[in-house]
Formats: sequence, C-alpha cells, structure tokens
Amino acid sequence: MASVVESKWATKGSTPKTLEREPLVLNQRSLGWISDRVASIVEGPTPKWWWSAFIISAGVAGMMFAMIGYLVSTGVGVWGLNQPAGWAWDITNFVFWIGIGHAGTLISAILFLLRQRWRTSINRAAEAMTLFAVACAGIFPMVHVGRIWLAPIYLAPLPNGNEIWPQFRSPLLWDVFAVSTYGTVSLLFWYVGLVPDLATMRDRATSKLRKFAYGFFALGWTGSNRNWSNYEKAYLLLAGLSTPLVLSVHSIVSFDFAVSQVPGWHTTIFPPYFVAGAIFSGFGMVLTLMIPLRTLCKLEDLITVRHVELMGKVVLATGSIVGYAYGMEFFIAWYGGNPNELYAFKNRAFGPYWWAYWSMISCNVICPQLFWFKKIRTNLIAVFIISIFVNIGMWFERFVIIVTSLHRDYLPSSWGYFSPTYVDILTFVGSFGLFCTLFLLFMRFLPMIAIAEVKGVTPQADPHHPLGGAKGGHH
Amino acid sequence: MSKPHGIIAEFDTPADVMAAARVVRKAGFKRWDVHTPFPVHGMDEAMGLKNSPVGWFTFVGGVTGYTTGMLMIWFQNAFDYRLVVGGKPLFSPLFAFPVSYELTILFASFATLFGMLFLNRLPCLYHPLLKNRRFAQVTHDKFYVVIETSDSKYSETETRKLLETAGSKHIELVEE
Repeated sequence: MASVVESKWATKGSTPKTLEREPLVLNQRSLGWISDRVASIVEGPTPKWWWSAFIISAGVAGMMFAMIGYLVSTGVGVWGLNQPAGWAWDITNFVFWIGIGHAGTLISAILFLLRQRWRTSINRAAEAMTLFAVACAGIFPMVHVGRIWLAPIYLAPLPNGNEIWPQFRSPLLWDVFAVSTYGTVSLLFWYVGLVPDLATMRDRATSKLRKFAYGFFALGWTGSNRNWSNYEKAYLLLAGLSTPLVLSVHSIVSFDFAVSQVPGWHTTIFPPYFVAGAIFSGFGMVLTLMIPLRTLCKLEDLITVRHVELMGKVVLATGSIVGYAYGMEFFIAWYGGNPNELYAFKNRAFGPYWWAYWSMISCNVICPQLFWFKKIRTNLIAVFIISIFVNIGMWFERFVIIVTSLHRDYLPSSWGYFSPTYVDILTFVGSFGLFCTLFLLFMRFLPMIAIAEVKGVTPQADPHHPLGGAKGGHH
Repeated sequence: MSKPHGIIAEFDTPADVMAAARVVRKAGFKRWDVHTPFPVHGMDEAMGLKNSPVGWFTFVGGVTGYTTGMLMIWFQNAFDYRLVVGGKPLFSPLFAFPVSYELTILFASFATLFGMLFLNRLPCLYHPLLKNRRFAQVTHDKFYVVIETSDSKYSETETRKLLETAGSKHIELVEE
C-alpha cells in the first residue's frame, strides 16, 4: 500500500517520517464485514451464555419488583429510613444510577463534538446503558413516595388537593425536569443514531416479521445523501443540545443537596464535583460491560485494546478530579471556620461511618491511579477489576455524602445511626437485575455497535484515501 | 414493466460514486440523488447541496421551550395561586431558570428530530427503491446514483450512457 512505500522512502531520504494513525478497526476489515459481524449478534442463534445471563438477571429483577410490591402494600417503613436519616439508600441508588448514565451521553455527544472518532464503536451500547440506568434511577424516587400510583401526579407540575401549584424554588422540582428531559433526549438521540442501522437490519432480514419490525422503525430510510445531509446536521445539533443537558443534569442533582442547609451538603463545589463523579462512574460501568462483551460477541476488531486504554485515561482524569474535590471539601471545611461544617467532615472520616468513607477513598482515589501505567491500562483483566472498584466506590460516595451528613443533626438529641433493612438491600440488588435484563434484550434485538458510523471511520470510507478508491495514491 | 421510477447505477467505492455525482450534477439533472451506506465526507459539496436548514427548527423549538418554562412558572407561582416562599418575590427569572433551561433543550430536541424527519419526508411508507433487491446493498457496502425518470433531462439511452461513462458496472431501471 501507498503508506508502506512512503515510510520506506522516509527512512532513506531527508523527509520526516509520517506517523500512521492507529486504525480504529483492526485487521483491515471491509465495509461488508462490519455489517455482517454486528448483525450476526442479532441474527445468529441465541448463545447459551445469553440464556443463563438472562434467566439470572430476570430473576433478580423479579425480586426487585417483589420488594417494591411489599413496600407499596405495607408502607415505606419497610425501609430502614427514620429520623434523622430520612433519605438513605433510595436517594443513594437514584444518584448512583443517574451518574452511570452520564458516560453514555459523554461518549455520544461530547466526544462527538470533540471529533473523537474512536467513540463510534462504543457509543451505541453506552447510550443504551444510559437509558437503562436512567430507568433504574427513576424507580427509586417513584417508589419512595409510598403511594406509587400517585407518583406521576406528585412529580408533574399539577396543583395538589388544595389547588396549590408546586413551588419552583425547590431543587427537587428542578430535578424532575432535569431527569425526565435527560431520559427523553437520550432516547431521541439514541433512536436517531439507530435509524440507518435499523435500515441495514431491515435489508438483511429473512423473515417477514423481522422485515416489518425493523422496517417500521427504520422509517423508510434509503441512505439518500439528501437525507444524510439533514440527518448529520440534526445529529450534530442533538449532540450540541445533549452536552449542556448532561452537564446540567448532575449539577441539578447536586442542587438537591447543595441548596439545603445541612452541613456537608451546602457547598458550591458540588455541581462540578458531581458531574466529574458521574462521568467517572459511568465509564467504570461501560468498561465493566464492554470488556466481557467484546470477547463474548467476538468484537475484538471493533472494540480494541486502544478503546479500553482511552476509557481508562478518562477514568484516571475524572477520578483525579473527584479526589481533588474530596480534598478541597476538607480544606474549605477547615478554612471556612464553621464549626458545624468542620464537625461534619471530621465525622465523615473518623465517625461511625468511617468504613464507608475509607472504602470510597480507596476505590475512587487510590485505585484509578493505577491507570498511570500503560501496562495496567492495556491489561483487560486489570481494567475490568478496577472498573468494578470504581462502581463500588461511587456508590459509597453517594452513601457517605447523604447518610453521614444526615445522621448528625444540629440537635444532638436527634442523632442516630442508619442501618438498611433487607428490603433496602434486595431492592438495590434487584435494580442491577433490571439493568442487565434490559441490556441483554437490547444486545439481542438491536445492533449494539453503530454500523453506519463505524463504516464511516474506516479508510475505505474516505473518498480521498486509496482504499476508498481515490486515484493518485496520496491521502 | 410499468413506468419506471428511475435508473440506478452501482459503484464500489466512495471515490467512484463521488466522481459520478460530479458528472451528473454537471449534466444539469435536478431530480437525482446519491445513496450510500454512511454519510460520505464531501458528498454535499459534490452534489451541490446547500447547508441543511434543520437548525431553524432547533432554534424555534428552543425559544418555544424557554418561553413555555418561564410562562408556566410565572402562571403557577405568581398569577393563578400566588405563593410566597421565604418572603421572596413571587416571580424571578433566576429561580425559574433551571426548569426553563431543561425545557429549552427538551423542545429543541423534539423540534430537531421532527424537523429532520419533515425535511427528509420521513417516515416514508412506500419507496420504489426499497423494492429493488440489488438496491438493498446500499445499507451494506455499495454506493448508488439514482436519476428519476421525472427529471426533464432524463432519456433512457442518454442517461444510461452518461452513467456508464461515469464508471458504473451495473445499471438498471427501477419500477415505480
């Protein structure tokens, strides 16, 4: 190929050697191979591992629904919540799942605007992960109101029984708008990205039902360039809209705490600190999902070690921001001179919940620092293990912020210690079952890699590259 | 065969189809298109397409969303049932901002999606090209130039010859 000839010349002559970009798709796969490989996950026979994973996940999800049924029929007293910790695992789980969702939008929108072309082979699955994480997150505020059948009325901007409208100075109401907008816009963005791939699935379909189902959602897409022109503009605009959206969602989630006057919550560092933590946890979850899937679905040429390494770098960067925020909170607590604030932080690290605090520090601050080493970033097993620690650490972060601040009130007479009940624990474990069930269904019925987008980043898609048919041999 | 919808010419690489698009454009056709498995960089310029107007839909959607948010909050908290919270003014654009900001994005996103679908005349329930078995490869790895018979410059022999000289190895008529 032309590039090989060129680099030989370069070593002989005086012209500087051209550095070849590392290919995004390995082994010089053809355009057709990409559709065949990705579509075969959907079209081939159901693998045994899929069935075992699906049955376990669906069972665990069923347990969550049983726990919710028990909660609704008995009352919120089945959770461990009481004065002074009126919020504990429910809101912890909510913030945890919403945070996980953030990586999907970061990959699909922010990396798109920054022209990070490696995003194409992971964005579809990461966006699906976002949707399912938001669905899991939504369950907790819904069921914690007790009368779950009234939850839509409590959340919507509708007047209550006394004809009083909700008051919009409450960040909890902002949160309703932020999270529902986030879920909706993520769904739109994901669907727009899916349309050309649904057309691929439609054109490959062999049965009438498949052809109808994929054809229905493909909307009659013909790959027309007049359509691509509007499509690409719309995709760019949706990326541009999702970027301020994703940054606002976790900022507003952090306002739920920062706008209150509880020591340990009332700090201005919360919005950026929460956003960094959300991206950190989300990339942790993307790595946890994608490392096994790339092997199970034989996608090693599309999701390469380089992809894993780049995600490891994002985890390192955001993990360090989170570590800085932990340190800065302590500094300001001391420097601010407010005794309540200082007590809250001393109590966090050395009080009754010291074990939660130090689990958080080891998982979120110390563990990701291993990603400074390329050997560890490119070792898939090591990355997988660290990504699980990131998930655990970020759950503890939310637990530490919420429970340690609440269990020591301004009045020592109402101090207490929160312990979860089995219902708390099983509902949270069950939400993982729901998440995995939805993800397994997604990967079995929809192309989990953006086929058209991956084709677009190969050299044979570039009309100015020799592999794309360009004459003259330069690129 | 009933009256044909148009003539399709198949190409193997993006460079070939782009060169053909320049030829077709130069010949002065109006009702024609290029179909590709992924957006080909530079094709809009080769076809002479103008910048897509989707952004206007987004803008109008965004303005509508922001106004809706502000008006809704003013109506609910300062007009229909006046609610004093902490002795603060009944309405201020500051506390109404987060919700209006989210609604700006929500409405703008819907407007972008529906604007794009409207400009592309989607969803399209029936399209003659989708009946053609050869054309199904457009979502796999082939590239097509399609010229419709309704174009005033269309003539079966001349147009076929033009596409042949543009380098297509497979040309066929597609029925309506």
